[in-house]
Amino acid sequence: MAELAVDTNVIKERLNFLKGGRFKLWLEICAHCGLCADSCFFYLAHDKDPKYMPSYKVMKTLGELYNKNGEVDRATLEKMADIVWGDCTACRRCSMYCPFGIDIATMIAAARAILCTQGLHPEALKAAIENYKNTGNQMAISTEEFVETCEWMAEETEEEVRGLVIPIDKQNADMMYTVNAREPKFYPQDIAEAAQIFHVAGENWTMPTTGWDDTNLAMFAGDGKTAAAQVKLVYDAAERLGAKSIGVTECGHAYRALRFEGPYWLGLPGGKPPVPVVHSVELFYNYVKSGRIKIDPAKKVTMPVTYQDPCNVSRNGGHAEQARYLVNALCTDFRDMQPNREHNHCCGGGGGYIPMGPPFRRRRMESGKVKADQIRETGAKMVIVPCHNCFDQLKDLSKEYNLDIQVVHFKTIMPHMMILPDEMKPVPKAEAEEE
Amino acid sequence: MYEFVSGPLVWVAFIVFIGGMAVKTVSLLKLTSKKDKVVFNHLHLGWSIRSILHWLIPFGSDGMRKNPVFTIAGFTFHICLLAAPIFLVAHNVLLDESWGFSFWTIPDKIADWMTLLLIAAAIVLILRRLILPEVKIVTTGLDYLLLAVATAPFITGYMAYHQWLDSELISIIHILCGELMLIIIPFTKLSHILLFFLSRAHIGSEFGERRGAVTW
Repeated sequence: MAELAVDTNVIKERLNFLKGGRFKLWLEICAHCGLCADSCFFYLAHDKDPKYMPSYKVMKTLGELYNKNGEVDRATLEKMADIVWGDCTACRRCSMYCPFGIDIATMIAAARAILCTQGLHPEALKAAIENYKNTGNQMAISTEEFVETCEWMAEETEEEVRGLVIPIDKQNADMMYTVNAREPKFYPQDIAEAAQIFHVAGENWTMPTTGWDDTNLAMFAGDGKTAAAQVKLVYDAAERLGAKSIGVTECGHAYRALRFEGPYWLGLPGGKPPVPVVHSVELFYNYVKSGRIKIDPAKKVTMPVTYQDPCNVSRNGGHAEQARYLVNALCTDFRDMQPNREHNHCCGGGGGYIPMGPPFRRRRMESGKVKADQIRETGAKMVIVPCHNCFDQLKDLSKEYNLDIQVVHFKTIMPHMMILPDEMKPVPKAEAEEE
Repeated sequence: MYEFVSGPLVWVAFIVFIGGMAVKTVSLLKLTSKKDKVVFNHLHLGWSIRSILHWLIPFGSDGMRKNPVFTIAGFTFHICLLAAPIFLVAHNVLLDESWGFSFWTIPDKIADWMTLLLIAAAIVLILRRLILPEVKIVTTGLDYLLLAVATAPFITGYMAYHQWLDSELISIIHILCGELMLIIIPFTKLSHILLFFLSRAHIGSEFGERRGAVTW
């Protein structure tokens, strides 16, 4: 195989660019105290093997790039790529635990961006990025397919909830809802479930024909340009439709990209998105708390339930309390994991780790041991989790570690418990048969 | 020689220390406001203070509670590092003679104990680096050197006070050790004496104001 070149100039340029402000500060004051070690689930899951401790991972990647002023060979860069994508999910728990408040995970993300310029990001992510560039969504779904899927889901569901529509490209809606591309592709019922919730809540919502995919694997890959373009598609759609807010499906990294990172990639003033970006947890919390959606107490989940705090929804999103309000509204026996809320551990699959595919599967099963132990200790039989990557990871962990748990989103269980207003109740069977 | 190290060299040490830290901090703030918009866009006084306080109070954060030996050694080290020199009678006599003011003072016996506690804490910190795998793997020679440089003024100060060996020589060495420590602060991780507050203010705001999560 031909030896691929290393574009040292690009690396040096990136290193220089980063050296403003925070990165300079962090690289200088890290006291090598080692406290970040036991905050990291990779370290804990691998029997405290020190090579998995966060500041060491930075030292071997970004640190070494700085020390050698970017002059490293391809083999070294490949080893670095293996660390930053294989041994870290950028969950930012270490950033919480550093005594100096060094944002260690952000330094790993910076290293990813540099390695991405050299084409070293994982192959599966490259494929997704191609899809984003060519079709505006991760799964290369055409607009026709997308609209058809929505229409199909509306048809399937309107018998259960009368009057239900899935409005496409409606102008001036209060909320423009965006989904994870795998929903129209593999889990269209997710769209149906969300539609039911919005309909019962009386939400004034729509979905756009373009800019409906809120995922952003380019972010995980360190490809800032594609990441920015993806976010822009969604922002532009909201602007085009005059939507007052952008709703995000139950997905963690999508929320992070649209609400927090996107505005900076696009240089928006104050680092704010053009309209508020709202995660499903917040949407559903508002509906239930305000009474727009009433829950039938007889239909609440009675088996023991726990809640997985997705890193990008709790620690990096701040919705830990809202989620718990919702869990308690829907379930009678909620058992919190330890630790929980922003201190909870990453599941090991999130942000984009699972999409990296089979070459990394074994590693996420190993690192997921920490999460598996947490779940087992609660004695729960069901885990509610508002994140697609966590969802897949927890299902895999359940098999791997014999946890015997059901994994659900909020929207999986909510429709069954919502009290339907009379005009939305299904037509009685006798009448339906006549039709 | 004594006049030199306790006169002009003191000026040099403090100018390099204070001037160096000032230059470093100002240039850092300027660079950050230009290149790192995310910092100043979200700086929030309340979240900054909370984040700082939780890490300035022993066991105020989950991380500290999970590392009790480090927390006790670290706080002992830092409290004695600041209190002993600043409130020492001998230093305050010099201060009064030179500048006409002084701080409160502590009895010499207390200062003595603080010095010994600091040395014990330093030993614990060194042992940590040698024994714990997750600390050893990130430890460099410089870490040991800096610990030695920070502890040397206290060892030599103890010796000078108790008049071990040649009293005047030990005093000169003590003063040189103190000056060395001051001079290298702006150029090493010892700059955390000020930068700790800036980095915590940022992360406290980044997680608190921006994301809605605590950093302790």
